[in-house]
Amino acid sequence: MSQATAERRFPRVRPRRDTTAGARKRRDLREKGIGLLLFLAGASSILVTAAIVFVLVYESIEFFRHVSIVEFFTETRWTPQFANPKYGILPLVCGTVMTTVVALAVALPIGTTVAIYLSEFAPHRLREVVKPALELLSAVPTVVYGYFALQFVMPALKYVIPGLPTFNMLSAGIVMGLMIIPYVSSLSEDAMRSVPMLLREGSYALGGNKFITAINVVVPSSLSGIGAAYILGISRAIGETMIVAIAAGMQPNLTLNPTEPAATMTAYIVQVSLGDLPHGSIGYQSIFATGFLLFCMTLAFNVGGHILRRKFHQAY
Amino acid sequence: MQDVAHFIRYRKRQDRIFNVVGAICTLIGILTLVVLLGDLLIDGLPRINWQFLTSFPSRFAYRAGILSAIVGTICVMIVTMTAAVPLGVAAAVYLEEYAPRNRLTTIIEINIANLAGVPSIIYGLMALGLIGLCAWLEAVVRDGTGWQITLNPGRSILTAGITLGLLVLPIVIVTTREALRAIPNAIREASYAAGATKWQVIRHHLLPYSMGGIATGTIIAMSRAIGETAPLITIGALTFIGFLPPSPISSSPPFINFDWLGSQFTVLPIQMFNWVSRPTEDFHRNAAATGLVLIVFTLTMNAVAIVVRYRLRRKLKW
Repeated sequence: MSQATAERRFPRVRPRRDTTAGARKRRDLREKGIGLLLFLAGASSILVTAAIVFVLVYESIEFFRHVSIVEFFTETRWTPQFANPKYGILPLVCGTVMTTVVALAVALPIGTTVAIYLSEFAPHRLREVVKPALELLSAVPTVVYGYFALQFVMPALKYVIPGLPTFNMLSAGIVMGLMIIPYVSSLSEDAMRSVPMLLREGSYALGGNKFITAINVVVPSSLSGIGAAYILGISRAIGETMIVAIAAGMQPNLTLNPTEPAATMTAYIVQVSLGDLPHGSIGYQSIFATGFLLFCMTLAFNVGGHILRRKFHQAY
Repeated sequence: MQDVAHFIRYRKRQDRIFNVVGAICTLIGILTLVVLLGDLLIDGLPRINWQFLTSFPSRFAYRAGILSAIVGTICVMIVTMTAAVPLGVAAAVYLEEYAPRNRLTTIIEINIANLAGVPSIIYGLMALGLIGLCAWLEAVVRDGTGWQITLNPGRSILTAGITLGLLVLPIVIVTTREALRAIPNAIREASYAAGATKWQVIRHHLLPYSMGGIATGTIIAMSRAIGETAPLITIGALTFIGFLPPSPISSSPPFINFDWLGSQFTVLPIQMFNWVSRPTEDFHRNAAATGLVLIVFTLTMNAVAIVVRYRLRRKLKW
């Protein structure tokens, strides 16, 4: 091999002469600068939270200058568009709670059963296929779910409940429940699988079958993880917007009957945003007050879920 | 003796029954997906044709199309990606490689976990509030000093892209952190031993090795952002856009411009929402067709992410 070929194939690595004091100082400076930049990126998430809280609090304060907090929480009518407007958040909260309850009635039993099945019963290969397939459920855009609720689930429900109005909380809630199944099942299953095999073997040795072991050993030991999954599912359902905006109707309605139409807090925000309210009007500020309450509700659930999850991580 | 046999039979039957119940519940989930897709296909597929893909919205359902929505979606996604990926990866690198174990780090971590749970519409309210704030600042400066400054990004592609970018930021951060954490410490120690600085270790080793994880996270984040409707409605994306954003390439110097960032826009989910909300059947068919296009986008992206993750798991053996 000639000198030239060798040089081409194995280019001589020239040691970089950055051992002099000046070069080292420059390098250290660069390292520090990069560290600072990365820190700023990390801290930027705090800025986002700060911006959210600032905007919500600022506009809510403006809102509560015109509407008393007592009226906001005790008045039972939400009629911002009337000549004599009433701002009682209760009907909107009621709509949110009712759709959430319907969604949970669907998602929690199914999600938990799926988690137990995948963690304790299903063969390994089936689980490897089914889990990502189920997670696709949460990847479908919510506006598509809204269409599904309005155009498929509602007509189907009409066969069972004649006289069901076109917009109703039931179909929106059911579809929302189907959407959050993977949130519930995925996290619960992770918790169940982190239960040590020893505990199961103890149960088998005492003559337990799979079902008994799952119900009496696995589920109790992973309870905090399952709880965290439930709570995250709830928070997801409260904040869900498009499904309820499309399928549950836009009229505030203080009712506990899920077959009636009712607006949720999120649906109200959408409704106002669709119209072009001038900046600074009470209607404009009211969506921030509603959003602030929504933010506080989901925050409470998220923090609760976080604490529970940390507890289950410490368990073993 | 017979008691025991009876007991065993009973317990075995119990297991069999639950096996069936569990399988049915799992099937419900899968079946929902299938029915949803089937419903969209039946309603929407006949409507998808060249005219539909290349027309602007119209008062007449048969003339309407989703050209401006597709272009808008692509533009917004470009901004979202440019905003979320560098910021998210940098934040993840900081949290995994630099962050000292102190209170500030804990606060940042809890904060990111909470941001992931904030409803998307709240991000929309944040953006709306900030737009209002910018407009107010502009007015104050103009009245006070007479200077005409432009702070307000308005209801533009830029605002929408950044809002969605912040919305999906936690997804990028979490997946990147997982990828970084999977890299064994031996790699880091080996390059430190060879005299590399921290940044050199990150640039030449950690980032290339976690590229697959970052790619998966980016795809998943984008598939989430592409279907997001609520925050964009709050910002005030219009539904009736009969024009395209200005082209980024022009024939006169400097040939490239960023005017499109300030353009008004619509995106696929908003176009679909608008059509769903109309009472007539024709528009519902349009909505189904739009939903079909949208779901094809998201499912393809998710499938790619799953494949990338699967292949990585097989290829990488530390």
